[in-house]
Amino acid sequence: MAKAYLSRRYRFSASHRLHTEAYDEEQNREVYGKCNNPFGHGHNYMVQVTLSGPVDPMTGMVCDLGELDDFARKNLLDRFDGMNLNTLDCFRDAVSTTENLSIEVYRMFAGFKAARLERVHIEETSNNSFDYAGETIPAAGVI
Amino acid sequence: MIYLTRKAEFSSAHYYWNDQWTAEENQRVFGKCANRNGHGHNYTLEVTVAGEVDGTSGFVVDLKELKEILDREVVSVYDHRHLNLEVPEFKAAIPTTENIAIAIWKRLEAKIPGAKLYRVRVYEMDELFADYYGEP
Repeated sequence: MAKAYLSRRYRFSASHRLHTEAYDEEQNREVYGKCNNPFGHGHNYMVQVTLSGPVDPMTGMVCDLGELDDFARKNLLDRFDGMNLNTLDCFRDAVSTTENLSIEVYRMFAGFKAARLERVHIEETSNNSFDYAGETIPAAGVI
Repeated sequence: MIYLTRKAEFSSAHYYWNDQWTAEENQRVFGKCANRNGHGHNYTLEVTVAGEVDGTSGFVVDLKELKEILDREVVSVYDHRHLNLEVPEFKAAIPTTENIAIAIWKRLEAKIPGAKLYRVRVYEMDELFADYYGEP
C-alpha cells in the first residue's frame, strides 16, 4: 500500500492579545508592539493539517475525511472560532502567539488516531505563517 | 539540488464507489461522493522535480518541455473527462485525491529528462490536497 500525505485546511476567526505577566507594561509594549493593545485584535486563521498513512485499497483514502472534519469541528472550530484565544484554557499560561497556537493544534490533532500527524501549518495573516511538526525535524523540502 | 515546481489544471468528473461493497456500504462510507451520476472538481496539479542546475542553460529542466510532458501525460488524458469511466487507471482504483496523486506519479516518473520527480501534489479544491513522494 503506497504511503500518501493528505492535507486539509480549516479556517476560524478569533481575537487575542499578546501579553505576558513576566514583563512589565513597558516591556510588553516594547516586545509585542501593537499586538499588545489591551482591547485585543483578531485574525482569520487558516490551519492546514497534514496526515500520512498507507492508502487503503478499499476506500482509496489515507483516512475518512468526514471523520477528520468531525474531529476538527469538535476539537478546533467549535472551541476556537469566534473566541478570544486568551480566554481559553490552553492560553492561560502561554502567550497566544501563532507559534504556541501551532503547538496546541499539533497536540490536538495528535489525538486523531486514524492517520499519522505529520505537521501543522498555520497562517495568521497572508504574510505570517508557522509550521510545527512535533519535535522531529522535517526533511528538507517537506514544509 | 534545486526543486522546481510546475502547475497545471484539469477539470474532471468522478464518483467514489467500491464494487466489493453493497450500495448501502458505499453510501455510508462515501456519502454524496458515491452518487453514480458523478460530480466534478477543478483540480490543480503541482509537480516538483529535483535536480542540479545545468551550467550552460541555468535550468534544472526546460520548463517548456516539462509543460509539454504534463499536458501530454496528464492534462490531455484527465481534462474534461470522467475519471472512473474514461481513464484506464481508475477502472481498478477509486479516483480519490490520494489515488490521483499516485497515478500521476506513475505517469510521470520515468518521463522527466535530466531531473528526478520529487513530489506530486494534487488539489481537489483549495481546502484539500494530497501529496505523493513515490513511497511504497
